[in-house]
Amino acid sequence: MSRTSKAYIAGIYEHPTRKAIDKTIPQLHMESAIGAVQDAGLTMADVDGYFCAGDAAGLGGLSMAEYMGLDVRYTDSTETGGSSYVIHVGHAMNAIAMGKCSVALITLAGRPRAEGVATLGTRDYGNSLPDLGFEAPYRPVVTNQYAMAAMRHMHEFGTTSEQLAWVKVAASHHAQHNEHALLRDVVTVEDVVNSPIITDPLHRLDCCVITDGGGALVVVSPEVAKTLGDRCAKILGHGEAIKHLNAGQVDLTYTGAVKSGPIAFDEAGLTPADIDYVSIYDSFTITVVETLEDLGFCEKGQGGKFVSDGNLISGVGKLPFNTDGGGLCNNHPNNRGGITKVIEAVRQVRGEAHPKVQVPDCTIALAHGTGGSIATRMGSSTVILGRNDA
Amino acid sequence: MTTMDQALERTYPKPSINMETEAYWAAAKAGKLVLKKCNACGKTHFYPRAICPLCTSSDTAWYDASGKGVIYSYSVMRRGATPYAIAYVTLDEGVTMMTNIVDCDFDSLAIGQAVEVTFRATEGDQVLPVFRPI
Ligand SMILES: [Zn+2]
Repeated sequence: MSRTSKAYIAGIYEHPTRKAIDKTIPQLHMESAIGAVQDAGLTMADVDGYFCAGDAAGLGGLSMAEYMGLDVRYTDSTETGGSSYVIHVGHAMNAIAMGKCSVALITLAGRPRAEGVATLGTRDYGNSLPDLGFEAPYRPVVTNQYAMAAMRHMHEFGTTSEQLAWVKVAASHHAQHNEHALLRDVVTVEDVVNSPIITDPLHRLDCCVITDGGGALVVVSPEVAKTLGDRCAKILGHGEAIKHLNAGQVDLTYTGAVKSGPIAFDEAGLTPADIDYVSIYDSFTITVVETLEDLGFCEKGQGGKFVSDGNLISGVGKLPFNTDGGGLCNNHPNNRGGITKVIEAVRQVRGEAHPKVQVPDCTIALAHGTGGSIATRMGSSTVILGRNDA
Repeated sequence: MTTMDQALERTYPKPSINMETEAYWAAAKAGKLVLKKCNACGKTHFYPRAICPLCTSSDTAWYDASGKGVIYSYSVMRRGATPYAIAYVTLDEGVTMMTNIVDCDFDSLAIGQAVEVTFRATEGDQVLPVFRPI
């Protein structure tokens, strides 16, 4: 069958660097942009829409558009942390559907390793950031926030460290085939649960990597896609949501995917059973477990069981995930993993993933981004992609 | 509740305070935990705001909280020189707030454990509500 699509992802590029000592951040943006535009079979002069998030220096996209020599008639700088770029895919699709642009470029870049910054600092909002005084003095860092979600999930549903470890094990099985992956060693459940505790109950190997790098996507109109051949991936559905602390009614056992997922599935006219491959934001192992539940791949609370025994390993389990090695092993450029999620999903529906991890006859793929913090406020976004003939 | 725990306790940074929240921090200095309740919808919200996020009424008022609650979730940071326990505590008033658990054996913390408010001096001559097991 041939599904209709308002826009296509025509170009992808994942910067191969994982430590960018000798390149500036704008340079990484532009190298990624050129890579994606060339991958699409287009030129930078064809770009008429530019999308970026807070990693781009300057006011929204202004400075980067100038640096890259873009001439655009549409721009969007929605910032939701690591999920921004998944949101941008939907916003680009909408802009294209409204006739506001026809070739939309999305870029991400950063170099936290080269700059010696473990995780992103917060912009200084003075005393205007309303939650700041009620959180910062208690020293919430990224790890202990996700750890509180894991602790609560374990308490309510009996999820175990061994079950969480399977997420990392699956990612490592895929990363061994990715020459660019930061971590290529296959690990076992024992390796994960015997790695040092960072913050209870998360071990070092429950946490994603920190890498420099970047990525870019090119989203085009159906008319442009027609001229570019069959490597274009159809955007079939998209959803986004913000989940927050809800005035003090806190529940850390679910994510914004409970909202973004159904919106995307409804738009695509598909259900989780139709999905051949998933890219799931994997800042931590618990992020994957909660997200899979929220997207409907299993019942709430059953995520630990669902990911166990290799169920996420391509060629082994029922739901191959993050076949590039994900953020847990491959790449988490600038602590923002959304763009690499979309990139690997496009590789899968093109049939261009590594042969050892390529899902046979991959027709429908889902990519999901989580940005901000699972334990406070997050931007969630889900995109469902189809092969060119889907 | 050992002296070692005290010796190891970290320094607390000064909280960010603005016009909407200065009464909360003034109360903390006086050894009280206060919350904001909305007179229009009757509900308590957290963190406290001038305008009720549940019904948009500006008729919000401070009141003294019981200072009692239970641990909703927690995590003990094992990395770094000074371990510390971050937590969410669900107060008897029905809202859940981020905090630290102090005066405790980190290895015996548990979800559902009853806790009460206590206070710690911060940098910049401010006082911060934290919680300890009862
Ligand atoms: Zn109200």
